Amino acid sequence: MKSKLPLALLILMGIFGITSRFIPHPGAEALNAYLRDTLLRIISAFALILGLGNLILRHWSKIKKKEENYGSSYVLLISLTVTAIIGLFGGTSGEGILPTRIGEFSFDVNTLYDKVMIPLGATMFSLLAFYMASAAYRSFRAKNTLAFLLLASAFIVMLGQVPLGQALWSELPSVSHWIMTVPNTAAKRGIDLGITLGVTATLLKILAGIERSWLGGGS
Amino acid sequence: MRRFGHLLVPLLLCTLWLPAQAQAPPGGVTAKDTPSDDGSSITVAWEPAPGARGYRIERAAAEEAFETVGEAEADQRRFEDTGLPQDVPFRYRVVTLGAGGFEAASPPTAPVMAQPQWFNFDLFGVAFACVAFAGVVVWYIARARRGEKLFLRRIAGLDAVEEAVGRATEMGRAVLYIPGTGYISDIATVASMNILGEVAKKTAEYGTKINVPNRDPVVYTVAREVVKNAHIEAGRPEAHDPNSVHFVVEYALAYAAAVSGIMVREKPATNLFLGYFAAESLILAETGASTGAIQIAGTDQVTQLPFFVVACDYTLMGEELYAASAYLSRDPLMVGALKGQDIGKFLFLLLLVFGSIASLIFGIDAGWLLATTGY
Repeated sequence: MKSKLPLALLILMGIFGITSRFIPHPGAEALNAYLRDTLLRIISAFALILGLGNLILRHWSKIKKKEENYGSSYVLLISLTVTAIIGLFGGTSGEGILPTRIGEFSFDVNTLYDKVMIPLGATMFSLLAFYMASAAYRSFRAKNTLAFLLLASAFIVMLGQVPLGQALWSELPSVSHWIMTVPNTAAKRGIDLGITLGVTATLLKILAGIERSWLGGGS
Repeated sequence: MRRFGHLLVPLLLCTLWLPAQAQAPPGGVTAKDTPSDDGSSITVAWEPAPGARGYRIERAAAEEAFETVGEAEADQRRFEDTGLPQDVPFRYRVVTLGAGGFEAASPPTAPVMAQPQWFNFDLFGVAFACVAFAGVVVWYIARARRGEKLFLRRIAGLDAVEEAVGRATEMGRAVLYIPGTGYISDIATVASMNILGEVAKKTAEYGTKINVPNRDPVVYTVAREVVKNAHIEAGRPEAHDPNSVHFVVEYALAYAAAVSGIMVREKPATNLFLGYFAAESLILAETGASTGAIQIAGTDQVTQLPFFVVACDYTLMGEELYAASAYLSRDPLMVGALKGQDIGKFLFLLLLVFGSIASLIFGIDAGWLLATTGY
């Protein structure tokens, strides 16, 4: 019963999800939107409680056992508590019951997002530039014919995108454009075709009850 | 009488000249409920009027005056009136806009109502292709069910999973499994959960620690059940560590930071990146590569594949991600479905080749086929 009920629900919802794509009737669309938006949001809310519970218990256990780097768990739990208090009582943009300000920093969700989350996210994102350089260095070493072809085409494409390329040879941007639109697009479409068929076959396997690993396997 | 005689001649000439300048209305005006729609539009069609410079489409509800609902160019032959309420009768007429401001309205059409349909015939081609492909897959599943041995092409990345888990066991370190940054509604995440089940079974058999940090709370709850049940299936429920699957954070870049920290601090022997990935893919893969771990990645995000190719030891490209579960488990029914998937792909490739030849050599226009896919 524990695995049959989720499977039956999945088959029912899956068949509806697929057929709704072909039904333009507004009733079907409304039901689809309700399932996708409202119901999934309710499930997500419960799952978030479970996730947060897991996060708190995991780090609390680390502190109690004084595991390696347990100091970071203190930082996490304190940050979580402070963020939750600001989110609950500070309001979205300062309309909550937390009137405190420290300079430009007012205790509300928007400030937290603009002044903390965005700069931290941007810091992580900017690391990409360095990672790209190191990845490019590794991949652009012409170790064999294929690696040489990759290096040569990357060189042409990159040079074709900048004014220097056109100054060197006026046809270089056209060659770069051809590489991107013909061989590159052909390969991309080949992968896309495989992905589409893979997705369809996976759905069929799940709907037919053959693929049950997502339920933890077993029969 | 003589006094008016000289005025009568030009007046008569004018009446003869005017009809020649007047504009004719469009012929054959029809209004029909738009097929394959949600019941919010009516399509008006007409035959062209000679000398027309454009058309104005007018609509009237029962007993009400006509009002303009849109205009059409001279070469247009149809107009779709959208945003209409269902089951309300409307009459239409098309007014020809001629030279010199001359206009001529067609007779009003019979009342017509917008009604919703239950099947979108514009997508008939997609529906047919889905049914045909499902037929091929089901046929191969049936063959596998009869006990027929089916050949599977070798996928190096998946063969390496066993080796990667073995390496972690030998080194006494954990296997880090990243199920991507997608949601459970992403099919790549579902495929990742299927692979997680097989990988967790192997780690349970070998007694190796598995670490599964999650970004989405729903994925976390599913992954937790998958790993727990995999240990039970492997006959090692006591080896299951409830903390092995854990929720980290929802913000993708923060998740990348947290997982990078796990890689650097705990130095897992094997990193598996399988599922949906966005910009954080390179951050994760490069950090993993710097720790010296064996790395296997797989995603259906074409834009992230190059990053995984350069930073990981093996990369599962697109469809291989969906084949992984069947390949690892070797379950005959799943292998049958996988075989059907391969044959389906082959049939589609044949269709593409023949279509291209037909178009290039014989000039056959397959636009009608494309139209059945909603394009």
